[in-house]
Amino acid sequence: MQVRTGILLAAAVVLAGCGNIEPWVKPYERQALADPIMSFDPNPVSTAYIDHVFDAREGARGANGTAGGGCGCN
Amino acid sequence: MKKAWGVELPARASVSWLGLVLALVLLPAASFAGVLADDRADALYHRYEGGGVTIHGPSVLVRKKFAEKYAISANYYQDMVTSASIDVEVSGASEYHEERDQWSLGAEYLRGKTTYSLGYTNSKENDYQAETTTFGISQDLFGDLTTITMGFSRGKDVVRRRDTITDRIDPNFKEPIDRWSYRVGVSQILTKALISSLQLEVITDEGFLNNPYRSYRFVNPSNNQLFSLAPEQYPRTRTSNAIALNARYYLPYRAAVHGGYRFFTDTWGIGANTFEAGYTHPWRQWTFDVGYRFYSQNNADFYSDLFERRDEQNFLARDKELSTFKSQALSLGATYEFVPNGWRFIKKGTLNFYYDRIQFDYDDFRDARYSMLPAADPNFRPAGSEPLYSFGANVFQLFVSVWF
Repeated sequence: MQVRTGILLAAAVVLAGCGNIEPWVKPYERQALADPIMSFDPNPVSTAYIDHVFDAREGARGANGTAGGGCGCN
Repeated sequence: MKKAWGVELPARASVSWLGLVLALVLLPAASFAGVLADDRADALYHRYEGGGVTIHGPSVLVRKKFAEKYAISANYYQDMVTSASIDVEVSGASEYHEERDQWSLGAEYLRGKTTYSLGYTNSKENDYQAETTTFGISQDLFGDLTTITMGFSRGKDVVRRRDTITDRIDPNFKEPIDRWSYRVGVSQILTKALISSLQLEVITDEGFLNNPYRSYRFVNPSNNQLFSLAPEQYPRTRTSNAIALNARYYLPYRAAVHGGYRFFTDTWGIGANTFEAGYTHPWRQWTFDVGYRFYSQNNADFYSDLFERRDEQNFLARDKELSTFKSQALSLGATYEFVPNGWRFIKKGTLNFYYDRIQFDYDDFRDARYSMLPAADPNFRPAGSEPLYSFGANVFQLFVSVWF
């Protein structure tokens, strides 16, 4: 029980620390990041298509940010 | 400027682990509102040509939000396929045509810094049906420097088989596939000009996982210069793990570079690496993109280009997707922004053209057509000593996007 309480307190302290993180890039410093050219997925309709082109022809799959779906194209 | 938030610690240790973690991680962030993506409609025409296969069709995607906290989206996607691929030629079948229609519906709900999403996708071919349901949650943290995402998908497919001569569906063949996908991701702002993302996805499939039309080949018992064919046999389960790291950097002038790496393994013995890099350069109302992608994988444990004999082992595959190969892709894109200041209900619009050239080079998948030639043909090669197969593909995308 003591161990559990200790871990609980340690976790609480660590996570409380997370809550107090001062954002090191302030909102008014995010002009460049807000530019559309910095978007990871500026055109979802195109990204979904080209991911599908590779998924259907390669053994690897997943971790490309899209939910995917089954098809008989393999 | 937003001040960092304070956290009130639970006073009693009797609070459950889950409750504590949720309280500490989620509640502090709930005091500021997130943002849903803008209302937008896209109409795309896609065309793929390569390896004796042409696939083309439209994709239309519309998304609309309400009261800044609800959003719905709908997508219709179609593939019209004409195929005389090397697999079709080697099996002795003739060119075939088929169509795939896919509908997707999605809904999002934004509450504070948390976005909940639900999605449903239905894909239909005359010999294959797939239904996928997805759930996702996304949470902005630490003054919006960090976004955590989690997702789960459940898929149910039904595999049918067409008679290649009569073109009728075989009523005695109907096999299911169950799919589960689990995703977690973190997107992190690192500096004023650098953003990164880390994604992890585990996918498990269970059911009839091979293509019912594809065969493996083995040395012809009566003439070892020739081959014979038999239906493939795959394991009925597959679990894969993929982890991807991506980053985008804003250059000192208005342009961006991006890079990415994905590592992949699965229970079939396939290991794969994907590297990507690209450059985006706006100029007046134009935006130009150039990118390069390199992919390599090793073969599945039960893959062989030419087995020694029929039923040599329990599982047998000769799908080139499971072979050892490399692919390289060069991507070029141009986007033209029209009505940048809006027109009636349209806020802005873009016209986009993307071209990808992909080259596939196989290390253990041979061009079996050479051993199907008459023995007297000067191009004849015995089974197992044909040239390695390779092909190039051209991929075109033309689409118009409108924000409203």
